[in-house]
Amino acid sequence: MIGLSHYLIVSAIIFSIGLVGVLRRRNLLMLFFATEVMLNAVNIAFAAISHYYNDLTGQMFAFFIIAIAASEVAVGLGLLIVLYKKYGSLDLDDLANMKG
Amino acid sequence: MYEVIAFYLFSVLTIGLFLVTVMSKNVLYAMTSLASGMVLIAGFFFILGADFLGVVQLIVYVGAVMALYSFAMMFFDATKDIKEKNTSAALVFLLGGMSALVLVLIFAAPIHSETIQALYPMHEGVGNAQDVGIVLFTKYLVPFEVAAVMLLVAMIAGIILAGKKMDDSLTEDLDADDEIYIQLKDEK
Repeated sequence: MIGLSHYLIVSAIIFSIGLVGVLRRRNLLMLFFATEVMLNAVNIAFAAISHYYNDLTGQMFAFFIIAIAASEVAVGLGLLIVLYKKYGSLDLDDLANMKG
Repeated sequence: MYEVIAFYLFSVLTIGLFLVTVMSKNVLYAMTSLASGMVLIAGFFFILGADFLGVVQLIVYVGAVMALYSFAMMFFDATKDIKEKNTSAALVFLLGGMSALVLVLIFAAPIHSETIQALYPMHEGVGNAQDVGIVLFTKYLVPFEVAAVMLLVAMIAGIILAGKKMDDSLTEDLDADDEIYIQLKDEK
């Protein structure tokens, strides 16, 4: 039978995938994708805990995470478009202009 | 029985699709696999009995967020592969593996799981959507309104940031690109 720990392990694996993506990506759009992966992993963990403890609080937090992710994407993509207009690239190495 | 099959199928497919998202060089592949992985995560929510959350995941993530990403793709050139100067793979996988280990330790740590009391318990015989609605509009009313204001702010910010000079293309017009390049050079 599937228990809570199964879901938590899957959630941890997906979160680690997202973390590896954040660490190794250099393109800003791909970094956004990796953060989405991490947010979704946390949502799975919240929904699973909510189910196995028979408590609605986990689902509430998942709703607010989804709302925050939606607004983050709206503002972030606007910023990406402005950056692309200015520099013609989304690579973090091209955008790094504060070399000490 | 079906739950077990569905769980393992969904988890294997989700992990595979998200690996494609993280590792792929092509933006379109990454975006499509991200969208399908999110559909499968909605499947997880349906297995867990969180029907309303699953529907919200489908509408907001797969519908709105991915549509926003695909609109943004029209500004960037999606057909060519992304060239990334990767940091050393060994370091990344060492850091990722260590953080995965920390995560497993956190989840395996002895927590007081027996003493956890349900703060807002689910009711028998009431649908998930009704339950969620009652808790959301009584106990979580203030965070709900704050989230609404935050979404409004995000909408205005998105319009203002992306809406300027929408009439000239970013990728097609080579003269504009040259102009940007010359400006960049002058600034340097």
